[in-house]
Amino acid sequence: MILQKKDILGIKDLPVEEIAIILDTAESFVEVSSREIKKVPTLRGKTIINLFYEASTRTRTSFEIAGKRLSADTINISASTSSVVKGETLIDTAKNLEAMNPDVIVIRHSASGAPHMLARMVRQSVINAGDGSNEHPTQALLDLMTIRAKKGTITGLKVAIVGDIAHSRVARSNIYGLQKMGAQVTVAGPATMMPRDIEGMGVEVRTSLEEAVSGVDVIMMLRIQLERQQQNFFPSLREYAQHYCLSRRHLDLAGPDVLVMHPGPINRGVEIAPEIADGPSSVILEQVTNGVAVRMALLYLLTGGKQ
Amino acid sequence: MTLLLKNGRLVDPSQDIDGPLDILIRNGKVARIARNIPSPAGKNRKADSGATVLDMKGLVVVPGLIDMHVHLREPGFEYKETIATGCEAAVAGGFTAVACMANTDPVNDNRSVTEFILRKAAACGKARVYPVASITRNLEGKILSEFWDLKEAGAAAFSDDGRPVTNGTVMRRALEYAHSLDMPVLSHSEDPTLSAGGVMNESLVSTELGLRGIPAAAEETMIARDILLAEYTRASVHICHVTTAGSVRLIREAKARGVTVTAETAPHYFTLTDEALKDYDTNLKVNPPLRSTADMEAVREALRDGTIDAVASDHAPHALTDKAVEFDLAAFGMVGLETSLGLTLKLVHKGILSLPELVVRMSVRPAQILRVPGGTLKPGSDADITVLDLNRFWTVDSGSFRSRSRNTPFQDMPMKGRAVMTIVGGQVVYRELENAP
Repeated sequence: MILQKKDILGIKDLPVEEIAIILDTAESFVEVSSREIKKVPTLRGKTIINLFYEASTRTRTSFEIAGKRLSADTINISASTSSVVKGETLIDTAKNLEAMNPDVIVIRHSASGAPHMLARMVRQSVINAGDGSNEHPTQALLDLMTIRAKKGTITGLKVAIVGDIAHSRVARSNIYGLQKMGAQVTVAGPATMMPRDIEGMGVEVRTSLEEAVSGVDVIMMLRIQLERQQQNFFPSLREYAQHYCLSRRHLDLAGPDVLVMHPGPINRGVEIAPEIADGPSSVILEQVTNGVAVRMALLYLLTGGKQ
Repeated sequence: MTLLLKNGRLVDPSQDIDGPLDILIRNGKVARIARNIPSPAGKNRKADSGATVLDMKGLVVVPGLIDMHVHLREPGFEYKETIATGCEAAVAGGFTAVACMANTDPVNDNRSVTEFILRKAAACGKARVYPVASITRNLEGKILSEFWDLKEAGAAAFSDDGRPVTNGTVMRRALEYAHSLDMPVLSHSEDPTLSAGGVMNESLVSTELGLRGIPAAAEETMIARDILLAEYTRASVHICHVTTAGSVRLIREAKARGVTVTAETAPHYFTLTDEALKDYDTNLKVNPPLRSTADMEAVREALRDGTIDAVASDHAPHALTDKAVEFDLAAFGMVGLETSLGLTLKLVHKGILSLPELVVRMSVRPAQILRVPGGTLKPGSDADITVLDLNRFWTVDSGSFRSRSRNTPFQDMPMKGRAVMTIVGGQVVYRELENAP
């Protein structure tokens, strides 16, 4: 099986069948990462450029490890060291990179839609590693993979996504992905962090964490950017934590064997109580592990997997 | 020079005329309107020697269209547009006159810039140009520009367009002072604290696209303020580029109360919705933003019932370098001079506007609001005339634009009807007709 699309720009445009192919392929790559020699020759001779216009440690590292474990040559470019600081536009950067004939360009950018623009400009495959508040498709895929591995299926599950929904690309990609795979999604957070008309995306909306997590199978907590307080999205970190920090009593309201997830990095004691983040319900580190496998799968499917 | 336009359908709502009439133009003025005016080859042959007779059969002759809201970018941004290229685009779009906004560099906040614009426009010799001077010095919203001096220099109106006047007292003084000079104030109504950082309409679409939204309330709260200030001061205010159902409601209610408020909208607001942004096309990034279907319908209805007085293009030329960037970084605005008429004619074809109503929105009312000549073909008035071929099919091709910029989302859109001749002061300044002078 192969992917029909040249690029992975978002979950919104990804058919269910292709999501399933990616997840199945990722599962087959989990084993590679557990070997003593964590390297296969699959993408030998291929070149992958990680073009990061926005600071990132885990996503960039995850892509880099994924590429290297498949024996691809991976090159990291970050905005602070690139010609962006010299005034080069994204289009010029794209054309120059294209001229160097890489096989895949992975891009993270603070502007929603930037990967779409890049994908139109270059003939290589483009993977969106997070664009503004739009999508973070590889995060959603690794989340789906983690849920499927733990629960056996995604269909019929109830999932709560909690926090700053308005600014979260993780929330958007997961809403699309979870719904496509048959889950019911509730979003929760302060009303100031709910984007306009979010109900139109087919989700339930709650401002109470207690209501949101009652009876659910999965709780996805989102990262709160602390500077949002200066923008009056909430009055104080203290008040936010009092109402939206996931604690033991919330897990008691949720369904049995509830999974607790977080895309990281965590603000301990703000989004999740430390004992929950490290507790038996938490799959946060498994998400990170699966992230490498999902990215390996995408690199494979977009390059070697086609041949 | 004498020009006789024969056999056309003459539509002049200012005289309640819609019928087959000839029009004789002499010395830059409308000399006569009547059925079957004898051609200069007839008894007036001697007097009219050198006259030109044009057969307007199948065509519509209307008072010259006036675009009361354009950006000509000169001085300061000549790489986007110049007064000359803007005027070329205007006449090709059927406009005999345009009002150009003050957000140039330097800002049109003093006599020398106003005079410069008029001098450049005169040298070009195409469309009439009415400079709009800024309300406040350097568009800073603090100190009033010298309205009286600017009026004497030739400014037609005042506006900080591109930026709102956020200080209520400054806006109040502007309305009062301009009113005493019988000059219009054109309001860019936007609460910047509500729109800050926004790049499109705040809606389900912005939520899905992850783009920062500009709520309808950013426009409506400021329109409400401007209406209340106009009511309180008994001055008049003109609201630029109306886009939301709420704005329409506010204006409609104010007019019913007797407040002297007028309003305009732009063709893209009654043609497109925010749904069009799904591919992040920066040509669709405009301020105010493209709104919802309900808003678009409200704007259409307001044009139909006259709540919105005028159609203005808000022609905002930008170079490729301003637009071929990430959506968040792209400049706001699209060109409009060469598509405005075609898009508004779509409302006529759909039965939303009659042809005379289109002429009111695009000629009669703009002239009245700006207190400038035009909007009529009464004998004795300036011979500013647009000739329309309502059955001409064409396709938008930005490559053939006279404008220096190409930032249109309407590329390849099929159109029916266009201006085939534009006459300013009795001179033919644009023509697609064979044998036209």
